[in-house]
Amino acid sequence: MKTLPSFVRGFATLFMLALAAYAIPLSASADDQTIVVASTTSTQDSGLFDYLLPIVKTKTGITVRVIAQGTGQALDTGRRGDADVVFVHAKAAELKFLAEGESLKRYPVMYNDFVLIGPTEDPAGVSGTMDIGKALQKIKERQVSFVSRGDRSGTHLAELDLWKSAGIAIDQEKGAWYKSIGQGMGAALNFAAASGAYVLSDRATWIHFGNKGGLRIVVEGDKRLFNQYGVMLVNPAKHPNVKSVLGQRFIDYLVSPEGQRDIGRYQVDGQQLFHPDASDPAA
Amino acid sequence: MSNTYFALHLLLTGDSALWDIVRLSILVSLSATLLALMLGLPFGALIALSRFPARDPVIIVLNALMGLPPVVVGLGVYLALSRSGPLGSWGLLFTPPAMIIAQTILVTPIIAALTRQTIEDLWREYREEFAAMNVGVCRRVVALIWDARFSLVTSMLAGFGRAAAEVGAIIIVGGNIQGFTRTMTTSIALETSKGNLPLAIGLGLVLMSIVLLINALAWGVRRAGERFAA
Amino acid sequence: MSTSLVTSQLPVVLDDVQVRAGETVILDGISLRFAAGPPTVLIGPNGSGKSTLLRLAMGLVPPLSGRISWGGSPATGSSRRALVFQRPVMLRRTAAGNLHFALASASIPREHRRSRVHELLRLVGLEAVADRPARRLSGGEQQRLALARALARDPEVLFLDEPTASLDPRGTKAIEEVIRTLAERGIKIVMATHDLSEAKRLAGEIVLLHRGCVVETGPADTFFAGPSTSDARRFLAGELLV
Repeated sequence: MKTLPSFVRGFATLFMLALAAYAIPLSASADDQTIVVASTTSTQDSGLFDYLLPIVKTKTGITVRVIAQGTGQALDTGRRGDADVVFVHAKAAELKFLAEGESLKRYPVMYNDFVLIGPTEDPAGVSGTMDIGKALQKIKERQVSFVSRGDRSGTHLAELDLWKSAGIAIDQEKGAWYKSIGQGMGAALNFAAASGAYVLSDRATWIHFGNKGGLRIVVEGDKRLFNQYGVMLVNPAKHPNVKSVLGQRFIDYLVSPEGQRDIGRYQVDGQQLFHPDASDPAA
Repeated sequence: MSNTYFALHLLLTGDSALWDIVRLSILVSLSATLLALMLGLPFGALIALSRFPARDPVIIVLNALMGLPPVVVGLGVYLALSRSGPLGSWGLLFTPPAMIIAQTILVTPIIAALTRQTIEDLWREYREEFAAMNVGVCRRVVALIWDARFSLVTSMLAGFGRAAAEVGAIIIVGGNIQGFTRTMTTSIALETSKGNLPLAIGLGLVLMSIVLLINALAWGVRRAGERFAA
Repeated sequence: MSTSLVTSQLPVVLDDVQVRAGETVILDGISLRFAAGPPTVLIGPNGSGKSTLLRLAMGLVPPLSGRISWGGSPATGSSRRALVFQRPVMLRRTAAGNLHFALASASIPREHRRSRVHELLRLVGLEAVADRPARRLSGGEQQRLALARALARDPEVLFLDEPTASLDPRGTKAIEEVIRTLAERGIKIVMATHDLSEAKRLAGEIVLLHRGCVVETGPADTFFAGPSTSDARRFLAGELLV
């Protein structure tokens, strides 16, 4: 069959083309100067990485690949050795990570704060108070819809702590009004916008969020809404594949005066989102 | 809707970030489909032409595998490729090859099952003539695959369509890393979760155009095939 | 053409052959001899086993009991015998493509194939449609192509199963012409037909089958002039149906 060889030939050419088109970018991006950083969806959604990573590349030569997951998942990724650095905001979980020997040192980097978001009509009547505990109690008493991230993220863990500080054992006392969706911050805000519910969010994601219709900040400023970020190098003794030199260089940049200044310069709508505090011993 | 026009504008002016996403999507799905073809076609043809005790159960399982849930495949490949998994030393997690592997696993059963059906039907038709012409095994297989080429190409397009549209597997094993493992479907998922709906819609339109194109191609192939099949 | 290293296919000898499909007996006690010479035509009502007999003699159907031999040997290479089915299946290729395939399967070397394809197409009068998809040919053209396909094997003996069954008078005439030509060239034709006038036109020898058994066999002219058995007489009178 004369046509058979040409069909096979055409096929093979197509395949080679596809392979070549794929291989070229892969070889161009030299594997040497890249690291994988496991961080959180809220940090990604805030836009910080879009702003910061090009600066990191210029100043350190490192191409940072960010995997954005919930805090719990990000730390697990570190535990499995699938990331070189973890960059999350749940101090208790981070200290546990340290205690397990999964990292040798935790560096505080920056903080932002949480805000309670709710419908503009504020059916639970919580706006105006700076006491997050009281606000949560009102929401529970009036059984107004509340969206929880439910994904073991830093925000989720912070939310659980806040219920505890309000004297509510949320696990036993929740009802149909409490909706645990197991997704990221953006999804939770979408859900709240669509169903007129309250939701705890970090300020950075909130400012950056594009679908605010019907929602506003109802409670802010309470000291308990403080959200601290920490960065850790995954222990190379446990995971030999970890790029410890590059990872440490990245961390060193973040906590350096220059890096701290760059972080502080990130703004959305004229507002600074993250407050550098690497030098704060209590952070 | 201005952001949708913005997205289309980026596309038309060749914005590199956006085109990188489109290019990666096509590359990943195309590579997976071609690999699936190399694995699934011979396997499907083999099943079609052999007789062995467990044949019927094998065919049932093969057809069922066409409906493999992408997230399940994603999870499996993730665990396998993780550094603490059996294939961790390959270092493929969170890279495009991992995405190709996951999609290959999804598409291979489709191609194998459709190939088996097509070849078996054609074999039933040609069987006696082949016996009368004393056609050897090798020639038989090649002839069946060649004569069925239009249906097989249609199966391949179906496989590609499945790969191009899925997000569950590649978001898990690829990590949706900006500029590296972010595809059209994973971008849409991300932009939606960020509340960036107009941009997500814009990307969705691009993806739909590709899906439409594939279907148009499949239709064209089928029409071309009718010339010989009558 | 190809000089065959294999022994001759003729005579094809069936010795007390029985063929069954499951419990049903299709052919029973068949003893026949197809030797070189003018065409042998199988006649008989529907379901009498003509098709199965052809398949059997071709070597596609194994007998349950009895023996078959081709040229004195029970299992010769089958390359020099060919069979055209009643409803031949065209491959999804052009007419020429079908012939190329048949030649390749018969191990004709690639260099010879091209000219052979043209020869065969000319023989059956299909040169004009060489590049048309085979499945788009008319019924008569497909029948002729199937015949050409069979001839690609350069057969010594050619089995034909109702070759003109679905053809109009013109198509029938064309095919019968070809059959006559082939017979004159020395190819042994064994064909089944339900058309008695066709049998009269082509046969050198007649075999009458009924319910899987040979009722009568003999030279065509004596058979049609006056058959020996009463069943044969009833058949010719149109009274032996199934």
